[in-house]
Amino acid sequence: MSLKAAEELTTPQEHVDPASIPERSAEEQRTWRTRGRLGMLLVIPGFAFIAIFFVVPVFSMLAMSLYTQPEGAVAGEFVPGFNVATYAQVMSTYGDTFVRSFAFALIATVAALCIGYPMAYLVAVRLRGRPLLQGLLLVVIIAPFFSSFILRVQSWRFILSDESWVVGFLKAISVLPEDGRLTATALAVVAGMTYLYLPLMTLPIYANLERLDTRLIEAGGDLYAGGFQTFLRVTLPLSMPGVMAGTILTFIPASGDYVNAVMLGNNVDTTTVGQIVDSRFFHAADYPSAAALSAVLMGIILILVTLYVRRFGTKEIV
Amino acid sequence: MSTQQSGSTEAPVSIDQAGPTPRSRRGLDVGRWFVPVIGGLAFLYLLVPIAYIFVFSFNDAGRTNLTWRGFTLANWQDPCRPSQLCEAFVNSLNVAVIATVVATVLGTMIAFGLERYRFRFAGSANLLIFLPLATPEVVLGASLLSQFLNLGVQLGMGTTVLSHIMFCISFVVVAIRARIATLDPALEEAAADLYASGRTAFWRVTFPLLIPGIAAAALLSFAISFDDFIVANFNSGAFTTFPQYAYVAARRGIPAEVNVLGSAMFFGAIALVLGVQLWRYWRNRRWATL
Repeated sequence: MSLKAAEELTTPQEHVDPASIPERSAEEQRTWRTRGRLGMLLVIPGFAFIAIFFVVPVFSMLAMSLYTQPEGAVAGEFVPGFNVATYAQVMSTYGDTFVRSFAFALIATVAALCIGYPMAYLVAVRLRGRPLLQGLLLVVIIAPFFSSFILRVQSWRFILSDESWVVGFLKAISVLPEDGRLTATALAVVAGMTYLYLPLMTLPIYANLERLDTRLIEAGGDLYAGGFQTFLRVTLPLSMPGVMAGTILTFIPASGDYVNAVMLGNNVDTTTVGQIVDSRFFHAADYPSAAALSAVLMGIILILVTLYVRRFGTKEIV
Repeated sequence: MSTQQSGSTEAPVSIDQAGPTPRSRRGLDVGRWFVPVIGGLAFLYLLVPIAYIFVFSFNDAGRTNLTWRGFTLANWQDPCRPSQLCEAFVNSLNVAVIATVVATVLGTMIAFGLERYRFRFAGSANLLIFLPLATPEVVLGASLLSQFLNLGVQLGMGTTVLSHIMFCISFVVVAIRARIATLDPALEEAAADLYASGRTAFWRVTFPLLIPGIAAAALLSFAISFDDFIVANFNSGAFTTFPQYAYVAARRGIPAEVNVLGSAMFFGAIALVLGVQLWRYWRNRRWATL
């Protein structure tokens, strides 16, 4: 990820251009310098915390992925080493698990975009000028944040269970065969992920569409563009920063997800990388493999996100 | 998030509020029905599982809450009945409160530092804020656990709190920077014109304007910390949080009392947010009619 892209993703669009700050007199510059020192004092404690509890642990994890197990050691006992073979081994064993995890994450992200965009558009554009209704629906969008996510996944287990009315209904209309089921399928896992990360998709798009100038949509109509064409050529390009933020915020947790895979899938065909990391750490006490898997997962995500931002980013993002 | 309209006491300069504008029939036609129908279904989709949690909190379930066995109020009367449940709930509250306070203080300081001062390493600083957000929780949890294992640190409440502060800081910084960036510089200039020193202008003008943003960031970080399962699962050791309790219980069926606590938490938070929204709506209307 380029620094500029990271900066744009973490700062809002109204960011003040430093070049627009007027020149300062000598005296003002002196105060600016002392204020600069205050700025350092402000950021140092937080950055020190992030350095100690994020940056160092990532290196710690990279180091651990290279540890070796000495001859005759008990499970969970490793010594520092430089055993690159762990990477080759986990990639050959779990290569298809990686493919599956990213495929699940990709499908869930696209599905969340297809559902989240109309939602955000409805609240931000259609209901403009009706603040009470807007506020209420916004509360509904953020409501899932206030209810336990494990309990929500458990609800999906009820809804998709073999005895539920959903499955009964789908069988009645012959969408699902008589012996078909929804739990323990990849579909259930992806549906669970889509549901879980939908607010993360909807909120950034909403924040973007909220600022959309509807006169531009009207201008599209005045220039004889149809509704769909106006959307494609005016609204969608203008909302790209929101779409970018939403898709990235959805894709990242979805690719590391394992709660959905365990609770809704729990099946060899739905195993995700997160699940393997968890079981390597806690059941096999195979710390180097778990660390190597995490490192590869993080590396792939960073590469994918950087490529995505480069490819689809609007001019100001790249 | 939901707090973007607040803090601005001037009339919103939106063409919609300025009066009825002639709408182009064709332009606003984008799926006249498509958008409300899909949007409405999506809202239903968001709410149904939450409704399930609430409904099943009244299930006369006994030990496992897997099928509907009839209505009862007993679960609500004694939510602490399953052993360790309320301890886990209190553990989560404690962790979330401490993590939120520390993360909000550190995050607000960073947001101010980055937004108002110039640094030589501003790009790296932004990357350092962004990276924890771009790392899946399973990697955050696993890397921190690697560190704690390497150092031989005893896992427990302390390590859980530290891990939560770490991933909450970035959210706080992002949320508050957005607010600082949208502050009208004219307000601080006006304070300076009225002979306020930098410090006075900050504490009397800038900081009060940012309080809603800081509160929203704190609420976000509380919600994230309270609901975190993955990072806590890696770093809590024998210390059990509420989501961990629910996850372990899920293997044999979550007791209905878990749904009671989850629902109570949910309605408490919703009442708080709705109250703030309604108050803001009412206040804006008052300003509008003044």
